[in-house]
Formats: sequence, C-alpha cells, structure tokens
Amino acid sequence: MATLLEARHLTKVFGGGVFDRNTTVALEDFAISIDSDRPSITAVVGESGSGKTTLARLLLGLATPTRGEVLYLGRDLQKMTQTEMRTFRRDVQVIFQDPYEVYNPFYRVDHVLTTPVSKFKLASTKAEARVVIEEALKAVGLRPEETLGRFPHQLSGGQRQRVMVARALLLRPRLILADEPVSMVDASLRATILASLRAMTLECGISIIYITHDLATAYQISENIVVLYRGSVAEAGDVECVVKRPQHPYTQLLISSIPMASAERTWSSESEAAPGVQAAGTAGCRFADRCPSATAPCLQTAPPLFQTEPHRAVACYLYQNAPTLATGEMVRVFTGLATPTKGISGQPGSGEAQHAGV
Amino acid sequence: MTTDVLRVQDLVVHYHTPLGAVRAADHITFTLRAEERLGLAGESGSGKSTMALAILRMIKPPGRIEAGEVWLEGINVMTLPEEEMRRVRLARIAMIPQGSMNSLNPVMRIKAQIVDALKDHGVRLSARQAEDRVRDLLQSVGLQPQVAEMYPHELSGGMKQRACIAIAISLRPKVIIADEPTSALDVVVQKQVMETLARVQKELEASVILVGHDMGLVAQFVNRLGVMYAGKLVEVSPVRDIFTKPLHPYTQMLIASLPSLEQKGTFRGIPGLAPLLRDLPPGCAFHPRCPQALDRCRTEAPQFKEARPDSWAACHLL
Repeated sequence: MATLLEARHLTKVFGGGVFDRNTTVALEDFAISIDSDRPSITAVVGESGSGKTTLARLLLGLATPTRGEVLYLGRDLQKMTQTEMRTFRRDVQVIFQDPYEVYNPFYRVDHVLTTPVSKFKLASTKAEARVVIEEALKAVGLRPEETLGRFPHQLSGGQRQRVMVARALLLRPRLILADEPVSMVDASLRATILASLRAMTLECGISIIYITHDLATAYQISENIVVLYRGSVAEAGDVECVVKRPQHPYTQLLISSIPMASAERTWSSESEAAPGVQAAGTAGCRFADRCPSATAPCLQTAPPLFQTEPHRAVACYLYQNAPTLATGEMVRVFTGLATPTKGISGQPGSGEAQHAGV
Repeated sequence: MTTDVLRVQDLVVHYHTPLGAVRAADHITFTLRAEERLGLAGESGSGKSTMALAILRMIKPPGRIEAGEVWLEGINVMTLPEEEMRRVRLARIAMIPQGSMNSLNPVMRIKAQIVDALKDHGVRLSARQAEDRVRDLLQSVGLQPQVAEMYPHELSGGMKQRACIAIAISLRPKVIIADEPTSALDVVVQKQVMETLARVQKELEASVILVGHDMGLVAQFVNRLGVMYAGKLVEVSPVRDIFTKPLHPYTQMLIASLPSLEQKGTFRGIPGLAPLLRDLPPGCAFHPRCPQALDRCRTEAPQFKEARPDSWAACHLL
C-alpha cells in the first residue's frame, strides 16, 4: 500500500525567538497518512485555535514545520526539487475558506480557471482549454455560459465557492485539501456542494482532507474523523463511532453543544465552566483545565493515544487500560472507504437560470 | 391568554438602488407575546436583519420604511418623533446587533461603556452607584466584577458578547432583539452565551426576537419560529410543530437540508438559488424552486393565513 501524503511528528510553534518567551504551539506531534490507492475522505474537526488552518498550511507546504515533516510520495516537501514541487502543486489542490478573498476583483472568474490550464499545459489550443474548463464547471453544477465571462462580484458566494471546487477538479488532482469549503454558504446550497465533493471521491478517485468546525457536515461526508483540541489530537477514528458514542470528554462536550434542528433533541441544560486558559504547550493534557474527570496524572504528562476500539483512538487517561498507539500509528484505526453513500443529493445547477442577467 | 408585547403590521422596507427598489421586507406581520422567545430564521438575503433594524427604525438610506406599523405597549413607534424613538431604544427595545462584540470601543474600559449607555438615557448615578450597577449587570451575564476594568481586547469572544448583552439589558428592556448573537463563536461558547441570554430574559421577564440563519441554534432557543424567504414571512409556527409538521414547502426543504448527527445521508440541498430581491418572480417568490408549485403559484401571491391553530403560513397548497 503506497502512501500519497504523509505527515510525521508534525509540530508548529509560533513565536519564541531569542527574546520572546511567548510561544504558541499551534500543532503538536501530529501524524496522518493518506493512501494512494484507496480514495478516502478524512475530516479534521476543531474549534477556532485548534490548529486546523495551521495543519492545512503545513500539509500544503505553505508553512515550514518546526519539527517533523510532510512527505508527498515519500519525498519531504521541504527538500523537493522544483520539478517535484510542480507535480505536488498539481496533484494536491486546495479549496480555501473564503470565496471572497481568493479572487482578484479586476479579473473575470475565467482567470482562475485559465491560469492553471496554461501553467500546467492541460490543453494545447484555446478551444481545447474551453472544453476542459466547461467540463469542470459542469461537474460542480454550474452552467459555463452563466459563469464564464463574469466578474467575481457578479456571482453569489456559493457560486464562487463552486468555481473554486471546479478549479481544483480541473487539474485532476489526487488529493484535495478543503479548508471550510462551505463556510459561506447557506444551508440549502451547502448540501449540494458537499455532494459534489463526495462525488469527486467516488467517481474520480480523489482523496479529500476536509477541514471544518462543523461536526454535522463532517459526519455526513467523511469516513474517518480527527478531533483536534489546541493542537493535539483528542480523538480519532471511524466517524460513526466518534460522533455517535464520543469517548474523549472534549468530544463529548463538543457534540453536546451542537444545536440540532429537531424538536426532540434539546441542549442538555447544565453547562460546564467558562473555557480554560491553560497556556498551550504546557505539560499535561490540554483539556485538563476544563475536564470534569481530570485527575493528577492529567496535569503532569499529556496522555498518549489509547486504542479503545478497533476503529478508535482516544487521548485520555480514562482509557489507559487500552493499548497505546504511537502518534504515527493513529491511521491504523481508520476504516476503509465505505461503499457509495445512498444519501446526500441535491440537483446542482438546476434553477440557476433565475440568476442569469445579473 | 397571553398578551402581545410587540405587534408588527404590514411592515414594508425597500432599499432604493440605481437598479431599482430592493424589496427586503414585504408586508411582514407578526406578534411577539409576553415573555416569549420568537425566532426569525432564513438564508442570507431573506430580510431577517432588515426586519430587526426596521422594528427599531434604524434602517439607513438607501433603505426606507415604506409602510407598516410597529405597536409597542399601545404605541405605534413608527409615528414617534426621532428623539422619543431614541429614548425607546435600549430602554424599551434593546438590540444585540450582529457581530456586536466587535462594536465595543477598543479604547474604553467595559465599565465606561456600560455607564455611557446609562447616562445617555438620563440615568444619573454617583460613582459608587455606577460601580454597583455595573457589577450587578456583569454578574447577571456571568462575568467577573474585574471585567469592568478591562479593555475589550483582554476579553475572549464569548466574554465580549456577554458584555454586549450586559449593555443591552442595562435599562431592563421589555423586548430584546438579538441578531445572530453568536456568529463567529465556537459551539461550546455559543451554547454558553445563549444560556446567558436565556437566563437574563427570564430574570427581566422580557421577550426576545432571535434572528439567525442557523436553524439548529434557533430551534434550541425559541418557543415560536418564523421562517423568511425573499423578504416575506412564509411561516410562523410553534417550534415543535415546525420541525415535526412544517407547513410551507420552503420550510420543509430548509429543514431537510440540515445535516443531522443522528443519521448519515439525510440532508439534501434545495435546487436553484434564491431570487434577487429587486427582481422577484411573479406570484409566490418560491415557486421556481418549489416541487409542488401549481399554476396559481406563478401568478398570484399567497395570503399569509392561519393554516392550523397558532400556525401561520403563506402557501396556496394550504
């Protein structure tokens, strides 16, 4: 089994120059690997400040790890030759959080689609390029004639985000890193975009790392989930196990805090104390100051990952009787890609006509 | 029988742009009962925030309140002179605006900002009294007394949001309008802030209008829920009914589009896009996306009527 992308002992510390005593550990000893022959969707979930975006930047080679390394097909991103880097930049695509900031307002949206076509020589003639672009747009449910030639401000947030998905698709990548790809989108359209992401994995064999703060959508589209808390993995494993029966006290708190739109499920009434302010990077479990079950050992050393079930690892001393896993072994608890989902659907594109003539 | 604290009648707000009038609120009618929590949910551009601002007469040009009445304790606030309206705000109807935590003055201590609001509304306090009042207010929103001496940058997002709630309740208003009070907060903090709001609402025996796009959050907080689409209120029902038997097709599809944590593969998007408010389709604004649309829906706008006891909706199917 070959590995497409692998992160080992990935740590990122901000600050901490010679005179600076304030260091922030944004990510600590993180490891993940994405298989090359088995497409999968892995969700990385965390609140703000949990290190999600730092992780994305490290995996893309946009930030240099303080310790550890990111390997693409066995090659360290930091030591790649220019040609290797070009391949990496083509094979690993990103969909950024903000569909407003990624566009240059002076260019038509075509620009973000034609640039990669010419840079990576995806087409030899203009007509050919047009065909490639139109195909990608159709794949995300946009009508080329209503999208091309427009300026970014003439498209809605959802359309802009879908153009970014189309751009990512255009290059036929092997891995897409999606950092909050539906953050700006209304509920009714969110399902449609997530469905097109999911379809990419199933139909084109593209793996996805889905970074989000939204546990509900993560549950809906991914097989495996990693819950981050202040830069450390709290719980990881099969999404069904983790979401339905959370074991880590933090995951439990997180899931009980999600307001669900149903008449039956109500917020549990009592709430825990205000969030703690324990400095990151101190010894002990990061969650200890907020944890209702914290004991003395929790304050001394950070817990390793315990494999409590075949498809779950939890970093909490409550489960210390379970076998420990080294950080690099976390992916062992991941399950394979489930058979095609019955579920998420939406008819992308239909009804777009009303938007014409903006 | 419960009494109505606030009654909004046929409120119409237009934004006048060079390309024509944008109908952001189109004949909105609803009531807010004593000690009730009412939700106004809808997607972006559906007119929720416009509604919230219009009740307080805070619509700025190019927007204009074209018609309608807002009755508060027997007075139509639309007819009040501007100076009197200014006194009604905060004292009788307080607003927690969207992103209000960023509206705190960065160079003033929290205490000064709370006292500022009180003074502006004619409350005379000695330094000692002001101190006590601020401490009580902070306590009622679950903040430590030390917060009074802090600057906004020293507080976390959730704490700043609570400080804003403290300002909003400083004159014990009867109506609190909270417009997306927890956007940009993490879910755990969001829950705490909403609990704070619920607690002060009970203490003040006030009514709350919660405006939000997150149906889940609104559902957890309110007694009755109004759903807006393209500047119109399409349904108002008790929250339990709206999730078990939604009346309007848009409400049904909106609920179906929400991802569930219980079952995989149970959410689907609504095909199409919301119409432009300055170019609404004739008839029912939802008909181009509605799977159950009739011929009548294309030409005639449905009336907002009571379709079931205490449940109102605007749809020809009912």
